[in-house]
Amino acid sequence: MLEVFTLFLFNIIVYNIPLLYGTTGEIMIDKSGSLNLGVEGTMAIGAVAGYLAGAKCDSLFVACLVSFIASGLVGLLFSFLTVTLQANQNVTGLTITTFGVAFYYFIGNALSNSAGGWPQLSGTKLDAHSQPVHIPGLSDIPFIGKAIFSHSILVYVGILIAVLMWLYFKKTVPGLKLRAIGENPAAADSLGVNVAMYKYVHIIVGSGIMGLGGLYMGLNMGGTFEGSNCWINGYGWISIALVIFANWNPAKAILGTLIFGFFNTLRVQNAALAYTFPETLGWLTKIPSHFFSALPFIITLLVLITSSLSKKNKSGEPQAIGRNYYREDR
Amino acid sequence: MKKLISMLVTAALAVTSVLAFAGCSSAKGNEGGSSASDFKVGAIYINSQNDTSGYTYAHHHGITEAMKKVGLDPAKDLFIVDNVPEDDEKVKQAIDQLAGNGCNIIFGISFGYINAMEEKAKEYPDIIFSHATGYLSNDTNFNNYFGRIYQARYLAGIAAGYKSLATGNNNIGYVSAWGTEYAETCSGINGFALGVFSVNPDAKVSVYEISTWGDQELERQAAETLIDTYGCGVIAQHCDSAQPQIVANEKGVFGCGYNSDMTKEAPNAHLAAPIWNWDAYYATAMKAAMTNPATFMTEVGNYYEGLNAGLVDVSALSSNCEPQTKEAIELAKKMMISGEWDVFSGVKLSFSGDTGSVTVEKTNAPLVTNDGTEIVAAGGPSVDDGVIQGSMNYYVEGVTQVN
Repeated sequence: MLEVFTLFLFNIIVYNIPLLYGTTGEIMIDKSGSLNLGVEGTMAIGAVAGYLAGAKCDSLFVACLVSFIASGLVGLLFSFLTVTLQANQNVTGLTITTFGVAFYYFIGNALSNSAGGWPQLSGTKLDAHSQPVHIPGLSDIPFIGKAIFSHSILVYVGILIAVLMWLYFKKTVPGLKLRAIGENPAAADSLGVNVAMYKYVHIIVGSGIMGLGGLYMGLNMGGTFEGSNCWINGYGWISIALVIFANWNPAKAILGTLIFGFFNTLRVQNAALAYTFPETLGWLTKIPSHFFSALPFIITLLVLITSSLSKKNKSGEPQAIGRNYYREDR
Repeated sequence: MKKLISMLVTAALAVTSVLAFAGCSSAKGNEGGSSASDFKVGAIYINSQNDTSGYTYAHHHGITEAMKKVGLDPAKDLFIVDNVPEDDEKVKQAIDQLAGNGCNIIFGISFGYINAMEEKAKEYPDIIFSHATGYLSNDTNFNNYFGRIYQARYLAGIAAGYKSLATGNNNIGYVSAWGTEYAETCSGINGFALGVFSVNPDAKVSVYEISTWGDQELERQAAETLIDTYGCGVIAQHCDSAQPQIVANEKGVFGCGYNSDMTKEAPNAHLAAPIWNWDAYYATAMKAAMTNPATFMTEVGNYYEGLNAGLVDVSALSSNCEPQTKEAIELAKKMMISGEWDVFSGVKLSFSGDTGSVTVEKTNAPLVTNDGTEIVAAGGPSVDDGVIQGSMNYYVEGVTQVN
C-alpha cells in the first residue's frame, strides 16, 4: 500500500533533480547580471560529452568532470560573446540552445552509425557507478529510507550545490561582490571589482553545473540514444521558469524543483494512486489524463503570472540582468 | 570593432548550428549522373533521414533497401525532403520540390500528409503518389499502404504468454503511445493481448497510455509504474524508444520491444519484438511503377499485407524465451500466411503441449470487447479492415487501460 507513496516521493526526486542543476546554474549566471537562455543546449552538450567520456573511462568521476568542462566551455563561449564582445545575450543564448541540441544529435547519430555503435555504450558499468548509494542507517528507515535516502550520488551533489551556492551568495565576500555586479555593475566597478572576470567565472561555473544536470539525465535513461528525442527534452526551459519561481534563491530552487516535481510525477502516477486507494483517491481517474499532462505547465504558467504581478516575489531579480555592461558608458 | 567581431562570431556560431541541421533538410541530389534507368524516387519524411531508429528510420531503410533490390542507386536516384511536419502547405512545397527533381513516384510516410497528397496527385497525373497509413486513394496514381503489424504483435504475444505461464505472473503490461484514439495503437494492443490469451487465458493486459509517440522519461516511468504498482512481469510497448525494455531489464522482468530487436538494449529481459520490413512494399511499388505506371493502381492498388508478404515479422527469438515459444509461433505464422485464420476473427487459437509436441486448437468464440459488446460472432470472419478504416476503437476482453 505504502509502496505507491514511496515510489511517488522517490520519483519526484529521481526525475526532477536535473531541474535543480539547471536552475541553480542559471541562478549563478543571472546573479552576475547575464541572462543565459542556452540552458537546454548547455545541458545537452554536458550530457553527451560527459556520458561518452565516462563510459569510455568507466568512471563516474570522469563523466562529471568532462561534463562540467564541456559545458563550462560553452559558458566560456557565452561569456566571450556577451561580456567581451558585448553581443546580445538573448540571441546568443538561443543560438547556444540550437547549437547544443544539434551537437547532441550530431554526435549521437555519428556514434549510432559507427560499428558497434551507441548501444554498446549504454548499459555499461557507468550506470552501475550511478546506482543508488546505500547510506547506513538512513537508507533502512522504512518508507522514507527508500524515497529520500536511496538515490544516486548525483542527487545529493545537486542539493549540496544548491545549499553551498545559497551560502556563497549570503555569507561570502565574493558572493556579495557578485550580487553587486548583478544589481549595478558600474557601482561595483567603481569599487574596484573586476566585473568582466567575475562574469566570466560565474558564467563558466554556472554552465558547468547545468552540464552535470544534463549528464544526470543521460545516466537516468541508461544512456540510450534515440534519433528524434533529446535526453534534455525541454528541462532546460523549465529550469529558466523555475529561476523566477525561486526568486533567484538557490535554496528556494530546491523547493521549486520539488513542487514542480510533484505535479510532474502526479501526471504519471495519478492512475497508480487511484488504483491503490480506490476509495479515497478513486476520483483521480475521473479527470482526463491529458489534464495531468498539462498540469506541470499550467502550474509553471500560474507561477510566472503571480510572480510577475507582485513586486515582492521578484525582489531577488538582479536589476542589471540581461543588459550588457559597457565600461565606457559609465 | 568589437561589435563587428561579435557579429561575425555569432554569425559563425549560427551557421555552424544550421550546418549541423543541414543534412536533415537538404534533398539528396542527383548530380546529373547517368543511372541505369531514369527512374527517380521521391520521399517525404516526418523526421530526419539520419535517424538511427524509429519510424522514419524504418521507412528510409526500407526505401533504400528496395531501391538496391530493383536496381536503383539510392545515392543518385533518391530524393528526400525530411523533417516535414503534418502541415498541408509544407507537404505541398515538398511535393513540388520532388516533382521538380523529376521523381516518378513519391512516398509520403506520415498520416497527416493525406490531404496534400490527394490534391497534388490531381496536379501531377504522371507521378505516382503513395501514402503510408492513410485511407484515401484514386483510380490512377494515388494509393495508400499499410501492414498487418497486429499479426506480428500476436506472435510476440505468444512469447509473452509463455513467459507469464513460466513465471506464474498473469499481469502483463503494455506501454502505449495512444490508446483507443488510434486504430493503429488499439489494434496493436488487441493483437498482442489475443496472442497472450492463446497461451495463457488467465492473463490480464494492463495498458498505460503516455499520450505521445516518444518521450523517453515518460516511457520509462510508465514501465516502472506497470511493474511496481500493477505487478506486471512482462512489458510490451508501442512507443519510440527502448526505455520500457531497459526498465524491464533493470527490474528483472521480461518484455517485448517494437520496431527493432531490442535484445541489445535489454539482454536479460527482451523476448521478441514485432518488426516492419518496409522494403517488401517499397520493392513491389517501385517495380510496378517502373514497369508501367499506368497499371500501378491495378497491379498494386491499396496495399495492406502482413506476414504473407514478409512486410511484418517478429525479430529472432532471444534466449529469454520459453522453449515452446518457437513452435507455437511457427504454427500461428503458418495459419496467418496461408490465410486460413486471422487474429480478429470469431475463432480463437489455444496452444498446449510441451517442447517438440506443441499443438494448436481452434475453437469458435466471439470477439468481445472489455465492456462486453460482441464484435464478431463465434466463428465469424475477421474484422481486420477495422484496423485501416479506423473503426477499431475498443479493447478486447482481458485488456484494461490503467490511466
